Amino acid sequence: MKIHRIQALITRHLFLYKRSLPRLMEIFYWPFLDLVVWGFITVYLMKFQGQLPGVVTFFLGALILWDVLFRAQQGITISFLEEIWSRNLMNLFASPLKPSEFLAATMTLSVFKVAMVSCVMVAAAYFFYSYNVFMIGLSLIPFVVNLIVTGWIIGVLTTSLIMRFGQEAEVLAWGMVFLFQPISCVFYPIDILPKWLQAVAWANPATHVFEGMRGVLSGGSLPVAHLGWAVGLNLLYLVTIIGVFHWTFNICKEKGLLVRVGE
Amino acid sequence: MLPIVEVSGLTKRFGDFTAVDGVSFEIRPGEILGLLGPNGAGKTTTFQMLLGLVTPTAGSIRMFGKDLVQHREEILSQVNFSSTYISMPYSLTAEENLWVTAKLYGLSDIARRIDEVVKKLEMEEFRHKLTRKLSSGQMTRLTLAKAILTEPKILFLDEPTASLDPDIAHKIRALLKDVRRSAGLSILYTSHNMREMEEMSDRIIFLQKGKVVAQGTVQEITERFGQRDLEEVFLKLARES
Ligand SMILES: Nc1ncnc2c1ncn2[C@@H]1O[C@H](COP(=O)(O)OP(=O)(O)OP(=O)(O)O)[C@@H](O)[C@H]1O
Ligand SMILES: [Mg+2]
Repeated sequence: MKIHRIQALITRHLFLYKRSLPRLMEIFYWPFLDLVVWGFITVYLMKFQGQLPGVVTFFLGALILWDVLFRAQQGITISFLEEIWSRNLMNLFASPLKPSEFLAATMTLSVFKVAMVSCVMVAAAYFFYSYNVFMIGLSLIPFVVNLIVTGWIIGVLTTSLIMRFGQEAEVLAWGMVFLFQPISCVFYPIDILPKWLQAVAWANPATHVFEGMRGVLSGGSLPVAHLGWAVGLNLLYLVTIIGVFHWTFNICKEKGLLVRVGE
Repeated sequence: MLPIVEVSGLTKRFGDFTAVDGVSFEIRPGEILGLLGPNGAGKTTTFQMLLGLVTPTAGSIRMFGKDLVQHREEILSQVNFSSTYISMPYSLTAEENLWVTAKLYGLSDIARRIDEVVKKLEMEEFRHKLTRKLSSGQMTRLTLAKAILTEPKILFLDEPTASLDPDIAHKIRALLKDVRRSAGLSILYTSHNMREMEEMSDRIIFLQKGKVVAQGTVQEITERFGQRDLEEVFLKLARES
């Protein structure tokens, strides 16, 4: 891996964001609106505080953390789509750039994106609903790191599908992550799910994070077991999906798709 | 002198369609080789294989005496290309796009290199313009600028003058010959403009339906087919098939 090539790609996207209002909106506008809606729902639910202990802290925390995963995924997939839209893939992959460097750059970009979106959401939650996400405490750090990695995994998966199946698969950039939402147990505990779906959900690293989060918020200590599972699953999937990406990349070179995606 | 590019038995099949069929040729240092052929002959596919964007079904590609598959990174850092088929990110200015390219290829002294290239290609008036706002001729100049910016030893140019006005096209040809002379650059070139081919090429390869049907200097080829110029040879070959 060569740092200057990763740097080149990151700078290219920063140039882009610098002057694109729609792209900046994506970072500030949607997360903010999400928060407003869910904030009001939470305020409403607070009236039933007695029946549903901790509901307020659960919802907004979950929302902010879910957005970490979502934006991490988008950071990867949208960066790839930008290259398709600007017919730039040929310029990139006919240069010495390696697929792994491309991934490293998009992963870094996705961390930028997550950082910015999170700042907006954390601040808005605090000002509008006096909600302080940091009450989750120190476990917030491993939670966020794990969710970013899960976001990357879904992002690289989506990118591979778009690379292989072209334009028709573009909607996956926004839709794919929601396929994972029901089995991530973001807003409800896992025992709500039917038994067979619980088994599926436990294989999802995000589920362990959200279960862990609820544990911490209802007074538990650092959820070591959940974090262990999340880290293990994430590593396993990350290595697998990077392999899948390289494999898809080679298929696309065989079929001559790399120079045609987006057409 | 050892050839700088050696292509042997290069074949590409898409399913059961053969786009490039057992093509072999060499490019010598400092040589301009013209790749000629009707639409669909396999020129672009050949370029894409040379750039590592399409995997050949069979055959081998060697540059600087090394195999492209095994030494991809090293080879591609000394190669660049331009084509009517590519574009550059629209929301960046021409200069920002050049900057990103320079960084991608690991150039040092980027600002000086960009100034040089901007001057050479007469891009001053649009260097700070958004790429989205460039005319197609300016866009062509930008992609050419990105190609020579990295000081490649081999240039692959797929219809580089297709959307240029005659004046700029003339200047570009002069420029390419000039870089070739000063930097000892080798160029593989396609164009549907026969006069341009005659003017530019040291040698020509004629591709048809993926196969090499003629190879040699313009004179050798016209003599062999008993025609006055390349255009007549082209028409003869294209219509006979
Ligand atoms: N990815 C692909 N999948 C299937 N067929 C392809 C693919 N790429 C090219 N072809 C086919 O291969 C043949 C050669 O195409 P190519 O683009 O190399 O021609 P060309 O010589 O550059 O033509 P032109 O002068 O029109 O640019 C064409 O018949 C084309 O349809
Ligand atoms: Mg072509």
